[in-house]
Amino acid sequence: MLAYLTLILLCQLIGEFTAGALNLPVPGPVIGMGLLFVILMIRGKVPDGLETTANGLLRALSLLFVPAGTGVILHLELLGAALVPLSAALIVSTLATIAVTAWLMMRLSREGDDG
Amino acid sequence: MDNLADTWVYLSVSPLLHLTITLVAFQGANWLFERAGRTPLLNPVMVAVLIVVGILLATGTDYATYFEGAQFVHFLLGPATVALAIPLYRQWHLVRRSALAIVVSLTTGSLTAMVSAVAIVWVLGGAPDLMVSIAPKSTTAPVAMGISEALGGLPSLTAVLVIVTGILGAMLGPILLNAMGITDWRARGFAIGTASHGIGTARALSVNETAGAFSGLAMGLNAFATALMLPVLWAGLSWAFVP
Repeated sequence: MLAYLTLILLCQLIGEFTAGALNLPVPGPVIGMGLLFVILMIRGKVPDGLETTANGLLRALSLLFVPAGTGVILHLELLGAALVPLSAALIVSTLATIAVTAWLMMRLSREGDDG
Repeated sequence: MDNLADTWVYLSVSPLLHLTITLVAFQGANWLFERAGRTPLLNPVMVAVLIVVGILLATGTDYATYFEGAQFVHFLLGPATVALAIPLYRQWHLVRRSALAIVVSLTTGSLTAMVSAVAIVWVLGGAPDLMVSIAPKSTTAPVAMGISEALGGLPSLTAVLVIVTGILGAMLGPILLNAMGITDWRARGFAIGTASHGIGTARALSVNETAGAFSGLAMGLNAFATALMLPVLWAGLSWAFVP
């Protein structure tokens, strides 16, 4: 368990360093995810301990957004002042993005399967 | 009595109190979510945030004080993002087969997210700093904040808009996808991840592993796509929309 948590943190740390050193516009953890993915491809399987550790983290994923989400408290005034444009844009744009992406993905994947 | 007051003063400045409030609020939100038959409308992130915000407002606690405790939970977001490599690896055989669909859907979805948000704020008379702050709303918070700052937006407002976008996608996305009749877990997950990053991914992962893997992949790819496309796109959008 501890060994695999260390591996995950190492991937993140290397990701953060890479993002910083190369001035990449992508956050360190996303690069760390890519790095761990490459390690898994090379090893050819997911070790049991890593599976357990990762599942523990991922099961709590929703919880991890609560502190950042509570940050809405910092902008209540601004959100209230621009409530109509912001909420309309957020709702319509999010739904439009989901609709467009899912529709394309479904159409193109199906064609890929047929071919 | 003095002892009790001393204990309260001690607790209210120690990280334990706000860490515990975060966990208890989330447990409560999760209980409600389960009781209501796991309806996406009662998204546990949203309910927990409402509870915590309510407590902070009622007790007059500022966000910085709250965050001293909550940061221990927040910190785990990084390692959890790295851990998304595991579902991605497990579903890799499906991902590889959908390579073309992934590239086309992601690029189009990412552009839809940015252009539609800016256009709607513009139509409804929002100021240019709102337009640029909302443009990267569908990508993960650190990327979105960096881009917003570079283009003259308000990074802390962007962070809020990113979170709200995530919650909206996780709440309304499954309902929209059901209405559209899209049952393919790859398409469902990928769309939620493109539009609503990690919060959408958390929801997708709790429903189906394929959806979770495609959502996590979409979140990672959209971070790249937004970072690469938005600075160029904003030059065009600001020319079109900013007087």
